[in-house]
Amino acid sequence: MALRYFPMTLPRSFRAIAALIGLSAGVRAAEFSPAIVYDMGGKFDRSFNQSAYNGAEKFKKDTGIAYREFEVTNAAQREQAFTQFARRGATIIVGTGFTQASAIEKVAKQFPNVKFAIIDAVVDLPNVLSINFREQESSFLCGMAAALVSKTGKIGFVGGMDIPLIRKFGLGYAEGAKYVNSSMEVFQNMTGTTPAAWNDPTKGAELAKSQFGRGADVVFHAAGGTGLGVMQAAKDAGLLSIGCDSNQNYIHPGSVLTSAVKRVDNAVYKVFTDAKNGTWKGGQIYLGLAEQGVDFALDENNRKLITPEIEAKLDAAKADIIAGKIKVTEYKAQ
Amino acid sequence: MSAPRKLPRWAELGLLPLVNLLAALILSGVVVKILGESPWAACKLMLAGSLGTQDGIGYTLYYATNFMFTGLAVAVAYHAGLFNIGGEGQAYIGGLGSGLVALWLGDRAPFAVVLPCAILGSASFGAAWAFIPAWLQARRGSHIVITTIMFNFIGAALMTYLLVNVLIKPGQQSPETREFGAGAFMPLASDVLAKVGITFAATPLNFAFVLALLAAVLVWVLVWRTRWGYAIRVAGQNQSAAVYAGISPPRIIVQAMLLSGALAGCLGLNELLGAQHRILIDCPGGAGFVGIAVALMGRNHPVGIFLAAVLFGALAQGGSQLSFDMPKINRDMVVVIQGLVILFCGALENMFRVPLAAMLSPFAKKQKPAA
Repeated sequence: MALRYFPMTLPRSFRAIAALIGLSAGVRAAEFSPAIVYDMGGKFDRSFNQSAYNGAEKFKKDTGIAYREFEVTNAAQREQAFTQFARRGATIIVGTGFTQASAIEKVAKQFPNVKFAIIDAVVDLPNVLSINFREQESSFLCGMAAALVSKTGKIGFVGGMDIPLIRKFGLGYAEGAKYVNSSMEVFQNMTGTTPAAWNDPTKGAELAKSQFGRGADVVFHAAGGTGLGVMQAAKDAGLLSIGCDSNQNYIHPGSVLTSAVKRVDNAVYKVFTDAKNGTWKGGQIYLGLAEQGVDFALDENNRKLITPEIEAKLDAAKADIIAGKIKVTEYKAQ
Repeated sequence: MSAPRKLPRWAELGLLPLVNLLAALILSGVVVKILGESPWAACKLMLAGSLGTQDGIGYTLYYATNFMFTGLAVAVAYHAGLFNIGGEGQAYIGGLGSGLVALWLGDRAPFAVVLPCAILGSASFGAAWAFIPAWLQARRGSHIVITTIMFNFIGAALMTYLLVNVLIKPGQQSPETREFGAGAFMPLASDVLAKVGITFAATPLNFAFVLALLAAVLVWVLVWRTRWGYAIRVAGQNQSAAVYAGISPPRIIVQAMLLSGALAGCLGLNELLGAQHRILIDCPGGAGFVGIAVALMGRNHPVGIFLAAVLFGALAQGGSQLSFDMPKINRDMVVVIQGLVILFCGALENMFRVPLAAMLSPFAKKQKPAA
């Protein structure tokens, strides 16, 4: 009978399984094992996903704990990725992007003992931490900065895909510009209607050029990889652009006015660290200017563009937003 | 036949695709090696991940279901001499059709009622989306390749508008509808098999797989066993002969494209009613384009399309397992492997035909030469 082979094969296959789920030596029963699932943009989009990647890398550097990762290419893979990580003993799994919400909701119900975190969406379960940013606040400051440096009184905005999140950026930006000068003209364009709109630098450049042609001299992008084309077009035309999500001032120093920074990296880092230290809690958190979750970027690359007067005005507005004196409208899907 | 030398039928249908596949895999192995991973281990991972586990099989067949619908769509049009590149858009709009039915009836009717309505919804919406390019081709001579490609974008724009402004579930970021009512859920393979006492891993594989097989049979019967199918094939191969035989090519163009669009539209049954249970942005996820490769590789025959769809399903599923377990092989690498398979099986298929025919000629001589 095959039974007599069991004593020999069992330890070996057990070891293989143990190695597979990361238990390796098997001294500690449940080792801390974080994981992250990037969305369609890919982890090297120099923007949103990459910011999450930077946070995870920083965690790895500081603690020496390796993390697992997966880049999604189609809708069905989301659920699959979360299920596999959960099954293979991940302690905490972060999903970047609102598109992951339904997958996390499904998998989190199946694995109530695994911790989940989602960025840019709300999943109302006890083992899920929902992290949202108030992008409209940083967009407001960027709109102000654009209006303060604009000589033509016209500025532009290039969004990626036309979805509520991107309208949120656009609305905050326009409000910021109008706060400085109510006659400011703001051109808004969306790159496309398919997810390819996040990664189409050629079209981004064309849209930026058309806005320049209509008289704009500063253009803000919220378009992931497409934004690189927007920024290149601004540099080629000798005009200004504003970066998004990550600090993109370094991409074309002297041509990037500032960046609407969204500290996804800090959020990921904090989620991993809290989970490791046992201080992790489910629920919802909102990160705005007050929590330093969003901000405008100021470094040596754009120091010359943001004069002390502009900086003072931006800082004053920032304080007013934090104090609640300026109310920035949040775009809400109806 | 345009083939330089004729191969025996078994070699044409069995050996040649296998040799092509092998060549693609060897070249992929070289790329994997360059990236610093073991090609052998990668190959094993891909196979085990796609066909070696219940999980893998479930996902492979689930992807294959999508590819079968779109592959059949391309094949039907191809037999009528049309190159339908609009499978993506037709599948997207077809998804809207099945999704609307599911949203409307899911809460108030049992599955037995929802299913025929959903099939009707997806097929009619998909067919409607194919109708305009078909009409333009038939009556105005606008080239179908160009118009169907453009209709992919128009379809995407329409769907984005509807999902962002009209159908979105209020109070959320993600442009998707609310979840369908339970009456609109396709029975999952794991649930159905559990009822007869077989445990199968929970995967999105669902009843739509059976529907895809039925669609393949239907296409076979329609194209090869009916007068209408004969008319399609005649019009596809020689329009003048068709006119001489009393067949109206414009009418055939429209009819074939309607069927093609309807087949592509049925993707929504698998993707939305089977797996996602809501209408979401970009739900075909490129399956419309994969369908072109599937049809080419499957020689536009339902059996071939089934096999090619399973192969591409296995590549999609095995590829995602590969990037899961070998971090150096990212998703772009998986696309490279898939691309190589398409290149060797589609574009370069004549490369091995000549040497293969030479090798096999001693055997071929014994056969009676074909008339």
